[in-house]
Amino acid sequence: MDNTNIYTALYQENKELLQSLSPDFLVKLREDAMQHFIQKGFPGKKDESYKYTYLEPYFNNGYNKYLSPKNIQFDVNEIFHCDVPKLDTHVILLVNGFYFDAANPLKTLPGDVIVGSFAQAVKEYPELVAKYLGKYTSGDSFVALNTAFSRDGIFLYVPKGKVVEKPIQVINVLISDEELMVQHRNLVILEPNSQARVVVCDHTLSPNKFLTNAVTEVYLGENATFDHFKVQNEHNDSVQVSHTYFYQDKASSLRTSTITLHGGLVRNNLNIKLDGEGAECHAFGLFVTDQAQHVDNSVFVDHAKPNCTSNQLFKGILDDQSNGAFAGRILVDRDSQKTAAYQRNSNILLSDEAKMDSKPQLEIYADDVKCSHGATVGQLDEDALFYLRARGISEREAKLMLMYAFAYEIIDEIKIEPLHVRMADLIERRLRGDLTRCNNCAVNCG
Amino acid sequence: MNETNDNILNEVTQGDYKYGFVTDIDTETIPKGLNEDVVRLISAKKNEPEFMLEWRLKAFRHWQTLTMPTWAHLTIPEISYQDIIYYAAPKQQAKYASLDEVDPELLETFDKLGIPLNERNHLAGVAVDAVMDSISVKTTFRETLAEKGIIFCSMSEAIREHPDLVKKYLGSVVPSTDNFFAALNSAVFSDGSFCYVPKGIRCPMELSTYFRINAANTGQFERTLLIADEGAYVSYLEGCTAPQRDENQLHAAVVELVAMENAEIKYSTVQNWYPGNKEGKGGIYNFVTKRGICKGANSKISWTQVETGSAITWKYPSCILRGDNSSAEFYSVAVTNNHQQADTGTKMIHIGKNTRSRIVSKGISAGLSNNSYRGLVKVTRGAENARNFSQCDSLLLGSKCGSHTFPYLEVDNKTAKVEHEATTSKIGEDQIFYCNQRGISTEDAVGLIVNGYAREVLNQLPMEFAVEAQKLLAISLEGSVG
Amino acid sequence: MLTIKDLKASINGKEILKGINLQVNPGEVHAIMGPNGSGKSTLASVLTGRDYAEVTHGKVSFLGEDLLDMVPEDRARKGIFLSFQYPVEIPGVSMVNFLKTAINEHRKFKGLPALSASEFLKLMREKKEIVEISSNLTNRAVNEGFSGGEKKKNEIFQMALLEPKLSILDETDSGLDIDALRICANGVNKLKTAENATIVITHYQRLLDYIVPDFVHVLMNGQIVKSGTKELAYELEEKGYDWIKKEVFGTEDAQ
Repeated sequence: MDNTNIYTALYQENKELLQSLSPDFLVKLREDAMQHFIQKGFPGKKDESYKYTYLEPYFNNGYNKYLSPKNIQFDVNEIFHCDVPKLDTHVILLVNGFYFDAANPLKTLPGDVIVGSFAQAVKEYPELVAKYLGKYTSGDSFVALNTAFSRDGIFLYVPKGKVVEKPIQVINVLISDEELMVQHRNLVILEPNSQARVVVCDHTLSPNKFLTNAVTEVYLGENATFDHFKVQNEHNDSVQVSHTYFYQDKASSLRTSTITLHGGLVRNNLNIKLDGEGAECHAFGLFVTDQAQHVDNSVFVDHAKPNCTSNQLFKGILDDQSNGAFAGRILVDRDSQKTAAYQRNSNILLSDEAKMDSKPQLEIYADDVKCSHGATVGQLDEDALFYLRARGISEREAKLMLMYAFAYEIIDEIKIEPLHVRMADLIERRLRGDLTRCNNCAVNCG
Repeated sequence: MNETNDNILNEVTQGDYKYGFVTDIDTETIPKGLNEDVVRLISAKKNEPEFMLEWRLKAFRHWQTLTMPTWAHLTIPEISYQDIIYYAAPKQQAKYASLDEVDPELLETFDKLGIPLNERNHLAGVAVDAVMDSISVKTTFRETLAEKGIIFCSMSEAIREHPDLVKKYLGSVVPSTDNFFAALNSAVFSDGSFCYVPKGIRCPMELSTYFRINAANTGQFERTLLIADEGAYVSYLEGCTAPQRDENQLHAAVVELVAMENAEIKYSTVQNWYPGNKEGKGGIYNFVTKRGICKGANSKISWTQVETGSAITWKYPSCILRGDNSSAEFYSVAVTNNHQQADTGTKMIHIGKNTRSRIVSKGISAGLSNNSYRGLVKVTRGAENARNFSQCDSLLLGSKCGSHTFPYLEVDNKTAKVEHEATTSKIGEDQIFYCNQRGISTEDAVGLIVNGYAREVLNQLPMEFAVEAQKLLAISLEGSVG
Repeated sequence: MLTIKDLKASINGKEILKGINLQVNPGEVHAIMGPNGSGKSTLASVLTGRDYAEVTHGKVSFLGEDLLDMVPEDRARKGIFLSFQYPVEIPGVSMVNFLKTAINEHRKFKGLPALSASEFLKLMREKKEIVEISSNLTNRAVNEGFSGGEKKKNEIFQMALLEPKLSILDETDSGLDIDALRICANGVNKLKTAENATIVITHYQRLLDYIVPDFVHVLMNGQIVKSGTKELAYELEEKGYDWIKKEVFGTEDAQ
């Protein structure tokens, strides 16, 4: 299979448009990315990084690809289904990968915090964007593809020492009357000593097939703190490839959680580079899959400097014919002494046809380190199940309690209280099967 | 670790490879290089039946279509397969009928290696097949074993004398097309050991093969095949050493184990090929394919390996758990020092119902070495109630080495329970200090701690070899803590 | 209340219970004693529906119904309570959620409405006193990180909340210090009425100083080989089990 040509052709057709819209640095980035992509092509079936998720067939001609926003008519009230009770946020809407509020492409929040459209930021703050964009992304083909084509997305800039009090909620909505491919690019810059919290929700509002290839880059300056929370709730005909890069300077602190409630095929690449002493990160993930859903979480934590701490906990509950995969790689560089790195991946298979592949990996070049990883694939604990039933709790209810308890370890890590309550409720309903209308629409869950 | 300790440790590391001598003996070699004629020549030299030549040629032709695998965490210098001599044999009769006919140099060599070929002098209860370069020199206790119907001989003899058994099982676990090195081995293997334990027989003694590379510029390609028929039991040990040379030598072996219903095979390896010098010059490239199949119900295969030698080790003793209720174990200690590189582990493929596997891997890296565990636990759809537990620990001695863990868990059955745990840490300074404080030198302390760390694996070795392995561990790590 | 007739059960094909007969009436306390491996815990498993033991023969009726046909939760709802020898730790499931779910399932079964949050808390407070269990235990996950004594107290606390008709105490004394033993035993005694019954499974006589049995049965090699009153327990304590082996099997080697 070779779908590379589709994109080289697309690039040639739109080269002038892309160049006219991009400052010089971005023209060069796009050009280099395209060359890289042409040279590398899509990851093959045997590519180690995509061993359990073969994506090339999905990057086909069946999707329409727009490089400028298309006028979409829809009821903005729909998005209020995403409202989290008691959670006061700055809401930002992306529709099919483009910033929605054309009248206000960039807003300034208290403390000179800038938030809004990535495309607008490229126009207004080219130097700022140039300083960070693509600086620490990897050579992944999908990322190159995104760099070559992405036009818009979210931009957030928090100046030195500023704290964004309210969480920023980004709602990614996919809605279309045709099959659509979307590639947005998000850039978050946290200057030293700043703090921000971002909540991202992905939704599909129409039953068409969607293909998303998104890239998010987050830079945490010295002593910056960032809480990142992502909930994926797309329908079964959607394919999402999501790449998130966190670059962490000295003593910065990151918490990131990804909860996948629904989605046809989901591949999350999470890259964390701990590039300053004393930085720490906590990465969490949870998915619940059924039918033929496929969720693959791939995490790479690079301990590039000494005295950093990383902690990963990823869980999956798989039913029906669903597939799950986890790859977690911890790299401890030569001089990264006093590293503490932990990783755990636990999965529960509920049905005969569900399948889980897990490959936790440690790659360690320093000696004064404490590293461990563990992975399990199994079922609900029989003894616990019997204990509950012996107290009169029905088998179904007992199983739900145990599944919920299994998932709760992740929910418990959500430190934004209203969101915590909301997710606890959503997960419980997901496990009960009350959240299965996603074939057509997953948003209407409020 | 502070500088003083560093120094002490560096001094201690100066331990030399004890088996680096060369035996001065007439050796018959063929010209270097590899083509179909060489394959034919090897087969002819061994007086093989036609089917073997065909088998070799098929493997060779397949090998030509393959490229060397690159997925391991190893830096492998280019190997020129045309610069290797594929057959070297000490000049001698086909096989010595009695010890008196054996070249005294040869006898002395094996004596020096601690492997006396004289049965009276030998460790009680261990039968040995001694392989030097391309051929088997002497197999001890053959008659004793034959009384029980056990066949224990060199692979060459087996091909000539038991062609039916060889035809039936050779390549049945590791097909000649399995991978690059297995295909190469299938084409040019020269000798190795063969063992068949008939129905219901418990092999009364440990069987052992001792592999020795002597000749220069040669590769060693031995092939081992062990079959335990229904209800049989055999415990088998292999050891290996090579002279100290500046150039690298290739060793690409294949081992196949077949355990029928209720049979048990215990396979232990103490691998001590020449690891190269402290600058990383020389040493054996060890690319080995080992695989066993638990073919019948309730069968059991256990791999134990102590890997201290070789410049590069690429080795994954694996098990296919086909029979219901079969079980498999993999116990490994892998030590790398100086410039050594090891990428080793196992594969457990669960196919039958109620199968169990257990993996215990202890990696110890020192110097500038890199040591990786790579393992696969696969539970196929029909493998009801499969259980696996893996524990993979790594110990780092020194700040310039690398230690890596690459497990793969692939589970396709909900009744499976698969657990993997791994830890990586440095050797405990407080433990060393505690020993120091009790008057134990740092190097002895390291030896003690490492042996304690590896105990669970060493305990699996037959008694006679456990002591040897323990010493080997200490020697391999001499001077490594820093 | 409970009638066991010629009950046989095996684990992995090995027969563990080899024909048990027992009748328990309301208001009675029965002690089942026996050496390790005699089948005591298997009997508890069979009565509560743990599936690793397979019933191969015999009948058990509870309040006139065939017990062996019921799933574990229905047995519990009908009034059978097992105090586990090894209470299971269930990380992530809070005690409160667990107890509330259990109580409301029982109530639903009896056709009663679910308890409100305040009613439930009131009930918890009341019952806590019976076993002197502290609030910080009920704020944790089920049995997680509990000491041996706390786990057993927690079992009796649950017994108080669920008000069973037949309680089976499986080695409740094992791993308990003397204070915890007294508290647990007092709890059990406080809960005793003329309508409910108790089966105490134990290896030693010491628990029976606190919970006085009306009947003592000796289980050995899968059978009740001797029954008597509480004096039999003292005799066992004094002389061990060997004399019974001799008396019953004519040898000290029962196996």
